[in-house]
Amino acid sequence: MIEFKGVSKSYGGTLAIDTLHLTVTRGELVVLIGASGSGKSTLLKMINRLETHDAGEILFDGQNITTVNVQALRLRMGYAIQSVGLFPHWTVARNIATVPKLLGWAAPRMAARVDELLALFDLPPDLYRHRYPHELSGGQQQRVGVARALAGNPDLLLMDEPFGALDPVIRSALQGEVQRIHRATGTTIVMVTHDLDEALRLATRIVLLDHGRVLQMAAPMDLLAHPANAQVLDFLGRSDLGIKRLSLQTVLSLARVQSPCGGPRLSGSATLREAVSLLAQHSLTAVDVTDASGAHAGVLHAADIFQPPVSRGAAC
Amino acid sequence: MMLANPRVNLVLGVLAWLATAALCGLPFVSSAPNRLVAGEGVVLLALWPTLGWPVTFVAVGLVALLSSVWLTPRGSAVACGGLALLLMPALLWLAGAQAASAVRAAAPLATTSLAGGFWLATLLLGLMVAESLQRWRAGAAARAAVGLLGLVLFGGLLASGACDALSLLKEAANRPEGLASAVARHLHIVGLALACTLCLGLPLGWLAAHRPGVGRALLPVLNVLQTIPSIALFGLLMAPLAWLANTVPVLGRAGISGVGMVPAVLALTLYGLLPVVRATWAGLTQLPPGVLQAARGLGMSAGQRLLRVELPLALPVVLGGVRTAAVQTIGLAAVTALIGAGGLGAVIFEGLFSAAQDVVLLGVLPLVALGAATGSALQTLTDWAQRATHSHPGAVHD
Repeated sequence: MIEFKGVSKSYGGTLAIDTLHLTVTRGELVVLIGASGSGKSTLLKMINRLETHDAGEILFDGQNITTVNVQALRLRMGYAIQSVGLFPHWTVARNIATVPKLLGWAAPRMAARVDELLALFDLPPDLYRHRYPHELSGGQQQRVGVARALAGNPDLLLMDEPFGALDPVIRSALQGEVQRIHRATGTTIVMVTHDLDEALRLATRIVLLDHGRVLQMAAPMDLLAHPANAQVLDFLGRSDLGIKRLSLQTVLSLARVQSPCGGPRLSGSATLREAVSLLAQHSLTAVDVTDASGAHAGVLHAADIFQPPVSRGAAC
Repeated sequence: MMLANPRVNLVLGVLAWLATAALCGLPFVSSAPNRLVAGEGVVLLALWPTLGWPVTFVAVGLVALLSSVWLTPRGSAVACGGLALLLMPALLWLAGAQAASAVRAAAPLATTSLAGGFWLATLLLGLMVAESLQRWRAGAAARAAVGLLGLVLFGGLLASGACDALSLLKEAANRPEGLASAVARHLHIVGLALACTLCLGLPLGWLAAHRPGVGRALLPVLNVLQTIPSIALFGLLMAPLAWLANTVPVLGRAGISGVGMVPAVLALTLYGLLPVVRATWAGLTQLPPGVLQAARGLGMSAGQRLLRVELPLALPVVLGGVRTAAVQTIGLAAVTALIGAGGLGAVIFEGLFSAAQDVVLLGVLPLVALGAATGSALQTLTDWAQRATHSHPGAVHD
């Protein structure tokens, strides 16, 4: 879907992007991550030509992006940013309909799309359609911002640190919504973040950048399991690498099929990281696991977390 | 006593006492047997023997005004504002009645002109109305209604003929066409100059905002321009324009010359540029960067961004600059009478040169009214734009 072929860009002599090669295929959720100055945001803005590249070429659906009309190109890509940038003089509905209006949709189709997106982001349309941005909380503003980016049914969604300014609880909720929408619609997403946990949680593939070069490109689990070099290891945080791996696996994946032991229970969709925390808090060696409906689904043994289970059926 | 009560509105109280003092201590009108000799001041209380009822009426109004300061904050704002609004035309009516009685009693040539006490009291009462509107948190509609009510009261009073014996109105009656044509001429000059200012200033402001180099070069030039005294600028324009008209006869025949309308409009345009360019530049550069980036990234063209996002959001600030330019141009246009442009300035200078104070007032009063009306109309428009863009400080939460 997007192909960077030996792309470079420099600002006044210093290379911001250094002969970079990268391919994003349809349906992926690629997260660009790196320290500030790594070129991650520049790279994202090159895709919708908010930044121009000096050398190499960028292909979108096989077409060189410099050969197409820049407005037409941007209308095919959703764009959400950290500062949201809702138009303060327009209602929520008008904001979301920005791109459909530019595309010349008929009014009923626009209204239907607005309501559909508001419902998708848990904002009851009747309550929020006619509000103005200043009447919304930060989290609601960002929901509308992402809805606006999705309104024109873009082939690609670009997100530049979309949740960077939100508090952890709201950030986590919005991450969940993006994950849900990505799974439901299959829209290709390229996202920039500096938050490693966000990248590990959302990405199908993480691109780790440093000084305009790709340090490593891998699925979250692979990145944690096989860091390419010391620099990557440093970025991932040597000391809690194991904890990060635990947060990518669910409790259910390691639960043994046996009768309940009693005591605290954990949902099967919880991560191993949460399980370790619970076990340590209550000084337990095993904990009951429930499925989505709350019924008993098995027992998680502490030993299995640290050593893959060989023989099953041990007592509590 | 006023300080002892925390609920007393100090500003309104002080204004009310000052207005009362002005009416008691300063001459209210000035009377003369004819327009050639200097007048003699007459205080308000001296009118009592001839005009018992009108003076009593005004006195009761003043007492009510002074005591309504002790009402609740909202009550005192409404009561003081209303009383002050009624007292202003009442004072004019009283002066008119005195003028009429002087003509009846003494001689048809007797002149009665408005004196310091009247002007000061009217000014203070006007301030009280403005302050009351502020305290009352009056909206645009309420302000417009109060303005209209004042207009109807004064207009009705003047139209009724109750004040026709005042020397000011006699002077106006002597030159009915002269005054109307002076106002029309003034509006003509101001309208042309403002149109030129906007046509030049808005694009220049946009350019300055989008090309930082242009802004850095342009704003200091306009700043310097603003500091040149207006008379000097007229003088500076006179020579080159006269030369131009002489060398290119076509231009001369088209009305271009060193004196008259053309240099006046040109100079006023130059003066008006700074507020308009600066406001447009400021309005466009203060827009939140995130909003501009989103507009670009979502696929709006430069024209769409300007018309749908940048201009609507910058409008309150731009209108503020237009208001400054308009009020300033109305005032400065009076000075252009010196280079033969005509207008209300011509009336003022005629009065000054013949030492006829009423003629000066005949030029000044419409000028003040014009400036005030334009200023408040544009202010109302600015307030409306501010609410429409949700850009006033109280509404921004990010």
